[in-house]
Amino acid sequence: MAPFFQVRAKLGPVIPDNSIPMLQLLSPDGTYGVPKEYAKYGEIIDSISEDTLLAMYRDMARIRRFDIEAIALQRQGQLGLWVPAIGQEGAQIGSGYGVGPNDHIFPSYREHGVALTHGVELMSILKMMRGVNHGGWNPEETRFHLYAIVLASQVLHAVGYAMGVKFDGKVGTGNLEEDLAVISYFGDGATAEGDISESLLFAAVNKAPIVFFIQNNQWAISSRVDTQTTVPLYTRGEGFGVPGLRIDGNDVLANYAATKYHMDQAREGAGPVLLEALTYRIGAHTTSDDPSKYRDEEEVEYWKARDPIQRFETFLRRQGINDDFFDEVKIAGDALAADIREQTFALGIPPLENIFNHVYSEEHPEIDRQKAWLKAYEEKMGSHE
Amino acid sequence: MSSYKEMPIAKALNAGIQKAMQDDPKVLMFGEDVAELGGVFRVTEGLHKEFGQDRVFNSPIAESGIIGTAIGLAMRGYRPVTEIQFDGFVFPAFNQITTQLAKLTYRSEGFLKMPVVIRIPYGGAIGAVEHHSESPEAYFAHTAGLRIVSPSNPNDAYWMIQQAIKSDDPVIVFEPKRRYWQKGPVNLDTPPMPLHNARLMREGSQVTLLAYGPMVTTALQAAEIGADEGISIEVIDLRSLSPIDYPTILASVMKTGRAIVAHEAPTNVSLSSEIAARIAEHAFYHLEAPVIRVGGFDTPYPPAKLEETYLPDADRILEAVDRVLAY
Ligand SMILES: Cc1ncc(C[n+]2csc(CCOP(=O)(O)OP(=O)(O)O)c2C)c(N)n1
Repeated sequence: MAPFFQVRAKLGPVIPDNSIPMLQLLSPDGTYGVPKEYAKYGEIIDSISEDTLLAMYRDMARIRRFDIEAIALQRQGQLGLWVPAIGQEGAQIGSGYGVGPNDHIFPSYREHGVALTHGVELMSILKMMRGVNHGGWNPEETRFHLYAIVLASQVLHAVGYAMGVKFDGKVGTGNLEEDLAVISYFGDGATAEGDISESLLFAAVNKAPIVFFIQNNQWAISSRVDTQTTVPLYTRGEGFGVPGLRIDGNDVLANYAATKYHMDQAREGAGPVLLEALTYRIGAHTTSDDPSKYRDEEEVEYWKARDPIQRFETFLRRQGINDDFFDEVKIAGDALAADIREQTFALGIPPLENIFNHVYSEEHPEIDRQKAWLKAYEEKMGSHE
Repeated sequence: MSSYKEMPIAKALNAGIQKAMQDDPKVLMFGEDVAELGGVFRVTEGLHKEFGQDRVFNSPIAESGIIGTAIGLAMRGYRPVTEIQFDGFVFPAFNQITTQLAKLTYRSEGFLKMPVVIRIPYGGAIGAVEHHSESPEAYFAHTAGLRIVSPSNPNDAYWMIQQAIKSDDPVIVFEPKRRYWQKGPVNLDTPPMPLHNARLMREGSQVTLLAYGPMVTTALQAAEIGADEGISIEVIDLRSLSPIDYPTILASVMKTGRAIVAHEAPTNVSLSSEIAARIAEHAFYHLEAPVIRVGGFDTPYPPAKLEETYLPDADRILEAVDRVLAY
């Protein structure tokens, strides 16, 4: 088998092999075109309104601005950690828009863009990264489940949820008010965990209504993607009976079209599918990471030239969208940044009793005892705050 | 004359692994991000460069795979040193560790040796997100067949990692991650003591304070403050959690008549539960007060903004000291 990477200097390769088939509707220079074999995805784009296109752009720019502000807030000691998604906005906003209003999303920990498309308060994410709580939003309400830090753990939950949807008869009834499907996001690194293999298997044997969405951003901290696989990741499900498709992850339209198409199919009862969005983590793994230890700047430059936001902007400008729109987006981004900055500074220390709250749903004598003990102890010592 | 070098715990572990790899070509080092990056805490920094890709390598992100293949490599005559990136990520490997690694020597009636080392940075107080601050040692101490140690200072780190690698049994080394950058002298020539011995850190007459890993520094702080208040606290660093050096503990408790056990882990069914029971069993007539356990609360590890309250500090230990002295 031919290697699927072109080997380069230093650690090598992270320039993908272009001979592997990949759904791309917007080329890196912003030219739109639908290859014949991908006509069904092109049809989805044909029916998209200009308003939706502009909303997608707005959200991509918004989440990029949010990300930059969050990095700054971490540097200033306002957040414990930040996990930047810069460079992955095409995959996240595109696929987020392809998820239907009843569908459920099981993310990993970098899906800020997807969260934005599903009405999760961005402050909820900042709170978690500040260390105020471990999540705390209501997944049944947002349909965007809690961030998962233990790699791949969420993917089995997604499959189980999808099995439940199927057991409830909410698949393929034709009633779009009721039917739903599930999507789960994970990274190239996470694919190595046994939980992913088990997820693919459970999904396949149950014909569960689920889309597996891999954001292959080429790196898992310092480990290049070929640490985790010797074949392209979109083929990972085949042995389990889960067909796959590779998408240009930096082409927001391809991500939208593929997600929408396959979520619709899953909702109609077609069973699981695996999508691999080929993208790149432009920034560090987290604010604790120093990528100069393991990768070339040259490689980063290659990917910066394929930036998803720039590409979409070029396309929109060719469609006649002018500076007025882009200026307005920029102003809105700065306003968002100022707003989250202010809100983050206002987040204090949570009440100490939160340590004990919600460990169990029902009463628990030991929790009550220790909670009371801490209260008395703090009173005796004089509060730490 | 021994030669000494000042270094932090992380560097001492690094130097210890390096020495073991130089001494024995069968020693391998692998785990997530341990190669070029040198691990997220840089404990393996430089080893990939020195020993090459065949001996120091990044594994796929699969903890069950890391430990499962380490078992196979050990069967083949290698001495794998593995890294689990953070305490909270050991659990995908729990099955391989507890049902296989711990039992293969027993099942083979001694034909199979399991010289596998599992390094786990553990404990809190680093302001991290969930699953990066846990103290899961009791799960493993409960399993027969595993040896478990936790160094608290650079000299022990340097020697204990080497002793662990030399052991023909599986050894889990819990590394006190919040103390990685704490410096101290390392004796490069002579090991301080056998791997499973506890160490008397500070003599005292009224209370025996037992701690391990990151809490040893805290225990010594408490003893210092206690001394200012006229309370004489004896501090013992357990170093080994399985087996536990009971002769050293009991000798001290029989002298002081009081014992406190401190750790970051929740106290319910913990190392301190077991130690308290053993002290009660073997030093009952010497005790002036019940043994008190000071630890994390019996909750999940809380969000970072609450960890200062969750984790025992010198004050919490001294509050317990007051209680045992009040009997
Ligand atoms: C079970 C488990 N093992 C290890 C880790 C530590 N860890 C956090 S992120 C990460 C790399 C993940 O890479 P990938 O899945 O490609 O996602 P990305 O971070 O690139 O978005 C690792 C090893 C973890 N969170 N969970």
